[in-house]
Amino acid sequence: MIQLKRIRIRGGRVLDPSQRLDAMIDVCLADKRVVALGEAPDFEADEVIDASQWVVCPGLVDLRVYLREPGQEHKGTIASETAAAAAGGITTVCVPPDTVPIIDTPAVAELIKVRAGQSDKAWVLTLGALTKGLAGEQISEMAALAKAGCVGVSNGLRQIPNTLILRRAMEYAATFGLTVFLHPQDPWLAANGCAHEGLISEQLGLPGIPVAAETVAVARALVLAEQDGIRVHFTLLSAARSVEMVAEAQARGVPVTADVAMHQLHLTELDIANFNAECHVMPPLRSLRDRDILRLACSSGVVSAICSDHQPHEPDAKLAPFCQTEPGISGLETLLALGLRLVHQDVIDLPTLISRLTWQPASILNQPYGTLQVGARADVCIFDPYRRWTLDAARLVSRGHNTPFHGWELQGRVLHTLMEGKRVFDLDAPR
Amino acid sequence: MNLEASPTWRGAAKLQVDSRGRLRHFLSIEGLSRRLVTEILDTAESFAAVPEQSVKKVPLLRGKTVANLFFEASTRTRTTFELAAKRLSADVLTVNVPTSSASKGESLLDTLRNLEAMHIDMFVVRHAQSGAAHFIASHVSPHVSIINGGDGRHAHPTQALLDMFTIRRHKPDFSALVVAIVGDVMHSRVARSQIHALNLLGVGEIRVIGPRTLLPNHLEALGVRVFTNMCAGLKDVDVVMMLRLQRERMDSAMLPSGLEFFHVYGLTPEKLALAKPDAIVMHPGPINRGVEMSSEVADGPQSVILQQVTHGIAIRMAVMSLCLGSHASGRDRLTEEGSQHREGTKGP
Repeated sequence: MIQLKRIRIRGGRVLDPSQRLDAMIDVCLADKRVVALGEAPDFEADEVIDASQWVVCPGLVDLRVYLREPGQEHKGTIASETAAAAAGGITTVCVPPDTVPIIDTPAVAELIKVRAGQSDKAWVLTLGALTKGLAGEQISEMAALAKAGCVGVSNGLRQIPNTLILRRAMEYAATFGLTVFLHPQDPWLAANGCAHEGLISEQLGLPGIPVAAETVAVARALVLAEQDGIRVHFTLLSAARSVEMVAEAQARGVPVTADVAMHQLHLTELDIANFNAECHVMPPLRSLRDRDILRLACSSGVVSAICSDHQPHEPDAKLAPFCQTEPGISGLETLLALGLRLVHQDVIDLPTLISRLTWQPASILNQPYGTLQVGARADVCIFDPYRRWTLDAARLVSRGHNTPFHGWELQGRVLHTLMEGKRVFDLDAPR
Repeated sequence: MNLEASPTWRGAAKLQVDSRGRLRHFLSIEGLSRRLVTEILDTAESFAAVPEQSVKKVPLLRGKTVANLFFEASTRTRTTFELAAKRLSADVLTVNVPTSSASKGESLLDTLRNLEAMHIDMFVVRHAQSGAAHFIASHVSPHVSIINGGDGRHAHPTQALLDMFTIRRHKPDFSALVVAIVGDVMHSRVARSQIHALNLLGVGEIRVIGPRTLLPNHLEALGVRVFTNMCAGLKDVDVVMMLRLQRERMDSAMLPSGLEFFHVYGLTPEKLALAKPDAIVMHPGPINRGVEMSSEVADGPQSVILQQVTHGIAIRMAVMSLCLGSHASGRDRLTEEGSQHREGTKGP
């Protein structure tokens, strides 16, 4: 076995919101752990990384990442997509249960764990199915799923039509301390829609998904969460009105959290005006006002996590008339840079952004990631917040080159990613 | 309203008009200038006389091959495109792709590539998906033109232009006109294109009439007045444009029944009497008699429905010749003009 190096990351701006830390200090790593912060004169390093121009933060935690394995290896594999995560400074990814087969048995969760261990580029956490086969009819064997390592449960994009079954599933999940991840969308109101119902979808003749498809589902889950005192996490909120409803519930003490996808903070319905299939996402890109309220919510904390909603696709998946293309963006490698774009635009401050990308998503999962506290896993992201680069979709590490951000001038770049003190990504290393 | 500021207008303009302002493809009314639309209508006017000549052909597209690529059933549109191409002396091929087959993106592009390999110059495409014609236009070789024969709910621009052509022949001053569009606006590519064309040509007032279930929420932003009351909406209009109601809408959450629709929104002589006495009645066909309108109206003196069909050929000839005209290289143009002189045929 290779002896792990003792690494000193020298002189960087260390940002760790889990301990309200923002200082120019050293970070010392040994034996897979953070062993010291600050001068640590006694620490003898085998290797020194000079980070004096850079920011050092915990490895990012991404709540929603499709690795495509098992079942859709033509789009991506655990090996290819965790390598992409490492290139994006992300050391922990959380995968939804709608793989093929679905994560509704311990066997699938364990398979993913084994494969992730083999590639060893990022921690892969799994969400188990909330109902068997995600069919929304019978609750899944959550005790077994929790034992197999699932950190939460979700019904993926599939809805549970029967409200009583949703209530029972939420209660049962709470029994085992599993966070319930809900993707709020009323299936009837959303129907066959593929774009935000508004003037743009109207002009393009695309079937629309009204804001009410989301708010109806948010309202239903909030009412149950409040009545039964069950913790609920809404994933991928897209509408201003949903954020307002969540804020109101939080103010009254309902245990509810929410995340948004990074692309929702940059794109709007206007971006599909030329039928650009790269902007076909689910939930759909909404209005400028929705985007602005989502940005405010990320800054204020009503929305406490920002995820990539990484969905790599083969090229053919996007080569069709708009509604027939598969929704989703390959987002791991642009997560941090797009977040920094918000910082450079004064939408959010840097420590808050890092908090939304590290400690807070880890808290939603109730898992010990996204922190540099002494004794924690040595998962570190080192980035230059000012380095300018142009995104070339063809050069993405991910197998999915589907991104609407191709050609964008971005500022801020991941330089090194360490997982348990091992370098899993170096920008300048030959690939 | 400022049409050119709309993002959908800009997207469509970039794709279908070249740097010199000429038609490359014909995909939607959006993205066209008033000058270009007027040019198409004027060109169609010069073609309208062609079928009345003893030789019903002009040699403008001789040596060109046009493929009608229909992923969705059509009689009128397909036939008139075919006739239009033949009257321009093009070779015409009609490909009916079975609508039932699970032809998704990959096979759509494959179908296209295969036909492209046969050196076809122009595709007329009808497809059930909004944006299909745009999608194909952004993937064909540069020398191929795409004409949109109807895409999903999005656009049916040749239909809208033949409607404008028909209105212009009866009522040349658009600024004085009040036009009502009646029925299933929500699912109608025809209505969307008509609204854009009427706006572009500066029509006095556009009204849209129908039940709330068939009217999108954002119509006013397109510069129309919305009426749910048919009688109020038809008062003093110059043009009544009826839309087709698809059978699947008649018994669903959209509408309780075709019969109830006819009682409230069907065009009868009594309702038509509320419009101006010289108002014309239009319909894109096929008509559901007793649902959208009564037979007395469809076959009555104010109906111009069959003229619409005839005008469809001239409009499609105009669009095809303008698209392929802009593609012809200098040498092609010379031969084209040369052949016209030899045969003594009067071009547009």
